[in-house]
Amino acid sequence: MPYNIHFPALLIVLPLMAAPLCVIVRHSFFSWLIAVVVNICVVLFSVSLLLQVIDGDVIRYTLGGWAAPTGIEYYIDTLNAVLMVVISIISFFSLIYSKASIQAEIAPQRYYLFYTGWLLCLTGLLGIVITGDAFNVFVFLEISSLSMYMLIALGKERKQALLAAFRYLIMGSVGASFILLGIGFLYAATGTLNMSDLALHLVDADQSRTVIVGFSFITVGLLIKSAIFPVYSWLPNAYQYAPSAVTAFLAGTATKVSLYVFLRFFFHVFGSEYSFAEMLLGKILMPLAIVGFFAMSIVAIFQTDIRRLLAYSSIAQIGYMFAAVSMATEAGVAAGVIHIINHAFIKTALFIAVGCIAYRLGSSRIADMGNLIALMPWTASAFIIGGLSLIGVPLTAGFVSKWYLVTAAIDSGWWSIAIMVLLSSLMAIMYIGKIIEVFCFRKTTENMKGADVKEAPLFMLIPLWALIIISVYTGINGSIVVGTAELAASQLMGGML
Amino acid sequence: MSDSIILDLPPFALFFIGAFVLLFLRGKTGSTIASIITVAVPIVSFIGLLQWQHGSFNEYQLLGLELTLIKIDKLSLLFAYIFHLAALIGCIYALHEKDRVQQIASLAYAGSAIGAVFAGDWITLFIFWELLALTSVFLILARRTEASYLSSMRYLIIQVLSGVLLFAGALMLIHQTGSATIRALDLNTASFSLDDLAIWLIFIAYGIKCGFPFFHNWITDAYPQATPTGTVFLCAITTKVAVYALARSFAGADMLVTIGLIMACFPIFFAVIENDLRRVLAYSMINQIGFMLCGIGIGTEMAVNGAVATAFNHVIYKGLLMMSMGAVLYRVGHVDGSHLGGLYKSMPKTTIFSIVGAASISAFPLFSGFVSKSIIMLEMIHSGHTVGWLLLLFAAAGVFHHAGIKIPFFAFFAHDSGLRVKEAPTNMLVAMGIGSAVCIYIGCSPALLYSILPYPIDYSPYDVSHVVTQLQLLFFSALAFVWLNLKGLYPPELRSTNLDIEWFYRRLFPQVWTLVVRGAGCFSHCFKLGGVNIVNGLIRFAEKYSEPPAVLARGWGVNSMLLALLSLMIVVLVFNYL
Repeated sequence: MPYNIHFPALLIVLPLMAAPLCVIVRHSFFSWLIAVVVNICVVLFSVSLLLQVIDGDVIRYTLGGWAAPTGIEYYIDTLNAVLMVVISIISFFSLIYSKASIQAEIAPQRYYLFYTGWLLCLTGLLGIVITGDAFNVFVFLEISSLSMYMLIALGKERKQALLAAFRYLIMGSVGASFILLGIGFLYAATGTLNMSDLALHLVDADQSRTVIVGFSFITVGLLIKSAIFPVYSWLPNAYQYAPSAVTAFLAGTATKVSLYVFLRFFFHVFGSEYSFAEMLLGKILMPLAIVGFFAMSIVAIFQTDIRRLLAYSSIAQIGYMFAAVSMATEAGVAAGVIHIINHAFIKTALFIAVGCIAYRLGSSRIADMGNLIALMPWTASAFIIGGLSLIGVPLTAGFVSKWYLVTAAIDSGWWSIAIMVLLSSLMAIMYIGKIIEVFCFRKTTENMKGADVKEAPLFMLIPLWALIIISVYTGINGSIVVGTAELAASQLMGGML
Repeated sequence: MSDSIILDLPPFALFFIGAFVLLFLRGKTGSTIASIITVAVPIVSFIGLLQWQHGSFNEYQLLGLELTLIKIDKLSLLFAYIFHLAALIGCIYALHEKDRVQQIASLAYAGSAIGAVFAGDWITLFIFWELLALTSVFLILARRTEASYLSSMRYLIIQVLSGVLLFAGALMLIHQTGSATIRALDLNTASFSLDDLAIWLIFIAYGIKCGFPFFHNWITDAYPQATPTGTVFLCAITTKVAVYALARSFAGADMLVTIGLIMACFPIFFAVIENDLRRVLAYSMINQIGFMLCGIGIGTEMAVNGAVATAFNHVIYKGLLMMSMGAVLYRVGHVDGSHLGGLYKSMPKTTIFSIVGAASISAFPLFSGFVSKSIIMLEMIHSGHTVGWLLLLFAAAGVFHHAGIKIPFFAFFAHDSGLRVKEAPTNMLVAMGIGSAVCIYIGCSPALLYSILPYPIDYSPYDVSHVVTQLQLLFFSALAFVWLNLKGLYPPELRSTNLDIEWFYRRLFPQVWTLVVRGAGCFSHCFKLGGVNIVNGLIRFAEKYSEPPAVLARGWGVNSMLLALLSLMIVVLVFNYL
């Protein structure tokens, strides 16, 4: 028996079991250590899984030996394997970073709770991605969401953090219950919960009203979870008031995972023919995506708080991803996946940089960040590189994403969208340019004169630069990400195996 | 051995390496080393450049396309030489400046320009095109005033817009042909249909960068706002890259002749009424680019030669004028023509250099402008554009008027403003000295310039007809200036016996002249005001909904979030049940 046969199960079980362990240990350092060690294992498992499926194979792992569709099945193809790698790597670097960053944000007696919540959240996110069972998706969605609400509520500014978590909880619960309802309808129509099985049964049951209702519920539920315009408003507050490590983790993973579920359901389970040709999903999403990336980029320009600015930019980027996916072509889906991956690394890096700045400055107001390039050269230059990547300057990961997005749009004849994407990049230049201008050309403000501002601790800089290097590397040698994403897209569009 | 390492590097690499090294230099020794690097980089890089042969190098693959990093022929070499020379002069001129941001930006900017002229494909060109914008904007920002900040943002948006258009056009072209190699595009047969959209997009992208009419505002907006040293780089590089690109892809496009003529003529009116002398030079720059575009538009080998030779000379003499104005700005603190004057007493050397620049731009015989501009004029008439030739004559007279006389006159002579300042710093004088020497050398012995032109040339500027025509032109233009000046100061002194003609030039012409001036002022004002109002309106609109407490930017209450959800749900349901 090969050594790696149970990796899919271990990937989920390990962090799930480690979470209560943290509670039992109740020690701030050891709970961090447990989380890091588990996370390293998770990274290794997910990389190993990716290597197994990278040439187009699919792993179907039956839990407890109960064959699908009766039992729960983990279904791993290129798309979710690569996402698991992304999630676990981002979680790993954010964890390293969190060690120092939470000292300024969370009371020491709550550290073990923080890591417990983190591990549960990681479990949930990985579970959503790995599972091949529709109901299981909901279960993991709830695990990740509940732990996320808790993590957000741990934020420094208690009142706002609690309120942000509460708002997120309301919207998240509505979204999750919609998804549950939708899955329920599908179960009623087909009698199965296994995704592959669902796909087979839905072909016959296409015209059934039950399926249509299920489809609508799942659509709306997933859109809330992915924070698309106009149901995005839980996101900015959550990102702004959560502990900075949580924001970094969330920004790279949470909405991306919902987007993954979106891809899985609408291309895999329902089939792109049904979702986009019959149910006109593209017609709903494309305008929302476009308004989203325009309006949110504009809003980002006017923000005075750097974390809020990045939060709005995140919503705009989700707009790009949805615009790519809504084309419902292989190139479009590939472009969407590329952007999911690239943006995950960029945004996490940016939020970590912002966390470093806030750690030293004690403020995240852009106006307070004058002359930062001299005070914190490593952090500020990392932020600038990340920002350029967000704009899509050549030789950065963001350029590769935009390139494929624009090419995909042109290939499907959507000239107007290609042009709008390029135009909205101008706005990204403005909101990033505004920050760079403050970093490089404004003087240190009066109220910051007294503060002892110096370079962030090494332990915060290492994860930051690791992520920046990843994103620059994928920008220069885009073929790794692009190749995987294209394979993932072709598998997804090709239907079930 | 060291030679071969330098040789293996792409020609622009040294500039970026230099800029990168500068990032890490600190302290007093650091700034000495930085100064040495800025001057050494152009020299060493130039020596390296001399070893390159014609052909394509460093081919690589990106995103499934065959790209060529370096493609060398006579045309690109010529522009690379001039950018090296301009970088050297600019760096010497900026030696007294210890601002690291400017030094880094200047080197990277010159490097991007050299990269752009050697780019063998659209994608590489686009990358350097955007780098040009991103690096040069720091030269404006570095002035660190509110006005320069606003100006730089407008500049950046326009420049990046040009890049975006180029990118869109290049994508379409690659999509249509499957090849990314830069090639000549035929604008004359291009229709206004989707098939030829790519050609138009690229044409407009180039046009924005070289200041086509209606796109020219960024030049006159940003250049006077840049730092004294930054402007020297700016005026040498960005537009010249665009001229290069046009010469490469659009030689022979009839439309360029028209555009060039407009550009050669209209700035004259603005330049005459403008008070900020660096802005006068910015207008004069548009006028000079007009000449080059005419040459490119005519498209014969000789005309293209004339255009690129003008570009070559223009970089030097416009740089020289800009440097002299920069020196004045550095010493006096402003360059408003109305508040200068009499500076020749305190800045005699700068005055002389400025006059050399003025003589060159006005194409005085024995100065560099003469050996290049006359080629374009000659080709204009050979290709049958008589009206065009007349307009160019007018433009040439205008150049002399506003750049050749107005700049030195108002800054250094005119009424004595009482300003007593020190002579420009030595490094500035050295830089201006080099520029003047090049101007005079090329003017006296054009053979060297002619030998590096892209096409073989058999032309002698110093024959009787050329010299006489040019001198006539210059003297009548000088006469006009003197007359207008005297007219303003001593009206009764200027009596004439011939009443009809007197009326013609003392009544009608002044009236027309006032009208034109007023019209030009009014037009420029409306144009600016209209544009500014539209932009401000848009910004206010966006601000209304996007500033932190506004509807899009605040955290919504649960009710409104659910309302949004409800409306989304209705939309989804409607579409799903259709």
